[in-house]
Amino acid sequence: MTNTRTTPPREAPPGPRPAAGRRRGALRTYWPHYLAISPFYVLFLVFGLVPVLFSLYLAFQHWDGIGDMQFVGLRNFEFLVKDSTFWLSLYNTFVIWIMSTIPMLFLALVLAVLLNSSVRFTSFYRIAYFIPNVTSLVAIAIVFGAVFSTNQGLINAILGWLHIGAVPWLSNEWTIKLVIAWLITWQWTGYNAILYLAGLQAIPTEMYEAAKIDGAGPVQTFFRITIPQLRPIILFTVVVSTINGMQTFTEPQVLFGGNASINPNSGGPGQAGLTAILYFYREAFSNNDYGYGAAIAWAVFLVILLFTAINWRIVQRRDKGAA
Amino acid sequence: MTATRLKRLALHLALLAGVLISLFPFYWTAVMATNTTRDMYRTPPKLVFGPELFSNIARVFENIDFMGSLLNTVIVACCTTVLVLFFDSLAAFTFAKYKFPGHRALFGILLLTFMLPAQLSLIPQFVIMVNIGWVGTVKALIVPASANAFGIFWMRQYIKGAVPDELIAAARLDGAGFFRQYWNVALPAIRPGLAFLGIFTFIGAWNDYAWPLIVMTDPSNVTLQVALSQLNTSHNTDFSMVMAGALLAIAPLVVVFAVFARGFVADAMKGALRG
Repeated sequence: MTNTRTTPPREAPPGPRPAAGRRRGALRTYWPHYLAISPFYVLFLVFGLVPVLFSLYLAFQHWDGIGDMQFVGLRNFEFLVKDSTFWLSLYNTFVIWIMSTIPMLFLALVLAVLLNSSVRFTSFYRIAYFIPNVTSLVAIAIVFGAVFSTNQGLINAILGWLHIGAVPWLSNEWTIKLVIAWLITWQWTGYNAILYLAGLQAIPTEMYEAAKIDGAGPVQTFFRITIPQLRPIILFTVVVSTINGMQTFTEPQVLFGGNASINPNSGGPGQAGLTAILYFYREAFSNNDYGYGAAIAWAVFLVILLFTAINWRIVQRRDKGAA
Repeated sequence: MTATRLKRLALHLALLAGVLISLFPFYWTAVMATNTTRDMYRTPPKLVFGPELFSNIARVFENIDFMGSLLNTVIVACCTTVLVLFFDSLAAFTFAKYKFPGHRALFGILLLTFMLPAQLSLIPQFVIMVNIGWVGTVKALIVPASANAFGIFWMRQYIKGAVPDELIAAARLDGAGFFRQYWNVALPAIRPGLAFLGIFTFIGAWNDYAWPLIVMTDPSNVTLQVALSQLNTSHNTDFSMVMAGALLAIAPLVVVFAVFARGFVADAMKGALRG
């Protein structure tokens, strides 16, 4: 940015163009513009780029945050590969992601199709469906913990009333994951439904009319027109839910934070709710193992990158098959 | 009843079932917060509001510094929102309406920063906060969040449509410099966009949990979400009290959201669809 010989932009600015000094230094001419955009870049440099590079450096160190750093080479990663808790946390994250994303996106599509055919009260429905998404996750995780509590929860009270035995929701390996997945589904289904609705409303009605004339039934229309037309939005929702799902943290952290008999950051009995980011948090900030924590963070980042790319490919290929 | 009316009725019943699931946790939070814990133990449990709300809230106030953490959260949410609105809209205005050497590359860098997940920088950020002495202060929550790529990106799209080039050209003819053009021409024209970005930022700052949990190391000086989590950890046998705390943490936002909801949902979708 200190290059004072930079030529003025080829295209004339649509708005103001400095009348004087076409050949003067860019910085002298454009300093207000650089100043105007600078806060984001300064903050990104200090709290984004430098920390990311530093965490890469940390991943090759042993450091408790207080003493001296100790270069350990690849030992953090060697340990990571053999760390069964790390693999368990990745497994948990994937299972919870599948348990939440598939019903979430399916229900969202159903809701969106229903909303699209309903003429009245659409804005009421949209607001009602969106509210879970703006609600405090900590508060709602506590509420879910109460609703699914084994001894005093509403769900087990209803099951008991129906003469069905109580389910130990928050101590069984599978139901722990299910409750976390339901919590995510509850919070994000409406958000995705409204996204799909926006996509559905953008499909020209002529396409449906043409399909009707050609004798297509509702099922055929849905799979031949609606789904392909929604492809970019479906892709977007899959990518967003992959990135969010791989970073699940608050739900298990709060849900099992109230269980005093075990480590609050263990992810519940059997560590069944221990997600990758919760494990990262525990290693870095409970056990003060910054080097290992940084190694976990990088490993999770690479997993997210890989997994997002795979999902991207799957959704795109399925579209090509349908088209 | 005709077939179409029956169909319509079934449609609305299905949609209402969705609404019921969406809103039930709020109702149930209020039920638990207004009854005693013993009412919850009963079979069948009490399903309607009780008279215990104020005694439950009183116990919340006894067990955590509710007002202190609320104050922290309000300060953080308000400061972050004001700073984000200013920095993001100013940068967005610049990117939307001006071309200057490097603007393309700089905007490209901005888009790339979306890809960096937060947890990569968490440990070093904490180390930085320790070294500059901001740990345990609201500065550590406000400053890093005071400008963001999403807001600049969203606002740029918005300003492109909302601020006509002719208006800026006219202001320039009147002798207005760059910052006057932003302040006097652009800002008044983008108020609805600011309203959306403001609510979006406020909600995000209000609900933020992981970073405050890490950086607010003094347990007696935390944000509302962290305090609520502490309440749950240390007093989880007193159900109705914890629920009263949850209710207090949820309520202000639901009110904010309900007031601005109509435009907000539509704008949020625009942002997402462009993303």
